[in-house]
Amino acid sequence: MILAFLNLSWPVFADALALGGIYALMAVGIGLVFGVLRLVNFAYGQLMMAGAFALAYGDQWGLPNWLSILFCFGVVLALSVLLDHLVFRPLRTHSPAVMLVATFAVAFVLQNIALIAWGSFGKTAGSLAVLQAPWDIHGVEIRKIAIIAIVTAAGCLVLLQLLLTRTPVGLHMRAASMDFRTARMLGVRANRVIGGAVLISGLLAGVAAVMLSVEQPQITSTFALSDTVYVLMGVVLGGLNRPIPATLGGFSIGFAFGLLGGVLPSNQSQYLPSFIFAAVIVVLLVRPNGLFTRGGAAVERV
Amino acid sequence: MNVARRLPELLAPAVLVLATALLGFELSSYLQAYFLDTLVKVAIVIALYVFIGNSGVLSFGTISFVALGAWTAGVLTVPQSQKKITMPGLSHFLLTHNVGNVASLALAAAAGAVFALAVGLPLMRLSGLAAGIATFAVLGITYNVLTYDQSIGPGLNAFSSVPQTTGMWQAAVGGLICVAVAYAYQRTRFGRMLRATREDHAAAAAAGISTYRQRLLAFTLSGALAGFAGGIYVHLLPLQVGGLYLDLTFITLAMLVVGGSGSLLGAVVGTLALNGIYSFFSAATNTVDVLGWHLTVPSGTAEIVLGVLMAVVLILRPAGITGGREFSLPRRRRPVVDLEKARVTT
Repeated sequence: MILAFLNLSWPVFADALALGGIYALMAVGIGLVFGVLRLVNFAYGQLMMAGAFALAYGDQWGLPNWLSILFCFGVVLALSVLLDHLVFRPLRTHSPAVMLVATFAVAFVLQNIALIAWGSFGKTAGSLAVLQAPWDIHGVEIRKIAIIAIVTAAGCLVLLQLLLTRTPVGLHMRAASMDFRTARMLGVRANRVIGGAVLISGLLAGVAAVMLSVEQPQITSTFALSDTVYVLMGVVLGGLNRPIPATLGGFSIGFAFGLLGGVLPSNQSQYLPSFIFAAVIVVLLVRPNGLFTRGGAAVERV
Repeated sequence: MNVARRLPELLAPAVLVLATALLGFELSSYLQAYFLDTLVKVAIVIALYVFIGNSGVLSFGTISFVALGAWTAGVLTVPQSQKKITMPGLSHFLLTHNVGNVASLALAAAAGAVFALAVGLPLMRLSGLAAGIATFAVLGITYNVLTYDQSIGPGLNAFSSVPQTTGMWQAAVGGLICVAVAYAYQRTRFGRMLRATREDHAAAAAAGISTYRQRLLAFTLSGALAGFAGGIYVHLLPLQVGGLYLDLTFITLAMLVVGGSGSLLGAVVGTLALNGIYSFFSAATNTVDVLGWHLTVPSGTAEIVLGVLMAVVLILRPAGITGGREFSLPRRRRPVVDLEKARVTT
């Protein structure tokens, strides 16, 4: 009834939830690495782009779906580990702003490599296009990918939460993101924790890339670029320091985009990014630590 | 004595800008375009430097002031007869008002300054990552509005038929103005106070310096220079002002970082060096001859080279080529007579 009041239909609602789920996964991926490295990874979208191109090749070579998805994961993971060793580790001691600029450079390099390799039209990843077809649920037609995305995102987030709270690795990771130096003194292996965070973050990028490539089967060098910008905004909106607020922030941005984009006429929804950006500015001013965090602001220490 | 010793700090970047312009004069019109572009980039990077370099705070917002300046100068100089054709959705006020070249540049600078002040009033309280993200959001809004709003400009189309008044002279004078303003600012007490907050925030605050006010002043000045640079830019070539977004942000930031964000000389040297490399690889997309070799590279190579350079400089030499120093003539060192005395003075 509320849906009817808001002039919403179930499919739009499901699509919004799905986009929120995908953004939430990206947000967690960005937030995890930020937690241990203090690094805002602007190049996250380019990791996803690499994975999506891997899917497109899998499609071209006629690989079965499970194999091309596996190939996609492999490419994303390899690339994230490579970036971690080549760029992020040498910069570990620098300020977050310097590292942000460095990932900005990495993003541009990767994007232009893709532009050179595959041109401005890119490649098509069509093998999962069947998921665009709707399922009929009590007379409401909802696209399969929407349901799969919601379920996958929820599953991944639950698994991640279990990993973070129930395993030694997760404990180390949470400790490192609270206070890296103290955690190291207490025997947490810095490289292992960072490596773990990078791997999980890469895996999440792979999952997000697969689902986003169903929504946008034409893979170009700008694949996931604007999505990354929105997710970064969402992560800041929620609270960069903690996984759950970061996830909620990412989810809210995706959900808002999906919902408002589905409801508003296009001459209004084209300004949607402006409203989101404005909201981010307001949140940064009012609650610099994020919307979904508790506790007072960190005091700057001399 | 002091003035004479300080003079090279101003002259070095100014001479570099002048030399670029004079070299550009001598070349064929095909190559001139690259020199003009370099001079405009010098102006933009100096605008970046005035805030980022002096305050040490990351800002992505400068390009949005460039875009606003370009829009202001563009929309006010397109001939009225052309406005109705190229921008049918334009609002009445913009449709009926036109100004000349110099006035449009001044208004562009003013627009940049006012926008920067308005944005800076709330945002200059932030620093570090939050400042970076918030200014990025400002950039995103400017891009979004300038790209889609047909009532204020051509939207997704380029500003066609803006009078192309930016020749080598105007570009050179523009670059020199930016050098002079940036240098004058960093020599004033305001510039020094801001640099003090960059070096040690707590000590500066203890000495009674308001970080917020000094940052706001620099941000506004940076906005004025950026708007001015945007004005010069739009008079150089038909520009799609909404397109002044991530690419230009990245390129100019790379120039500042590689040159060394701590000094005016760094901003100028970085721009000249990187734009030289960038122009070379852009030209090489349609084959250039290097020492008898025909070199053709795919488009996008220039960005890759720039990105790799930027990452390497950030890792190996975070203070940039110049190390954040201004130019100074080599001086004869006085022999140290008394070791104890020397230790006290240093």
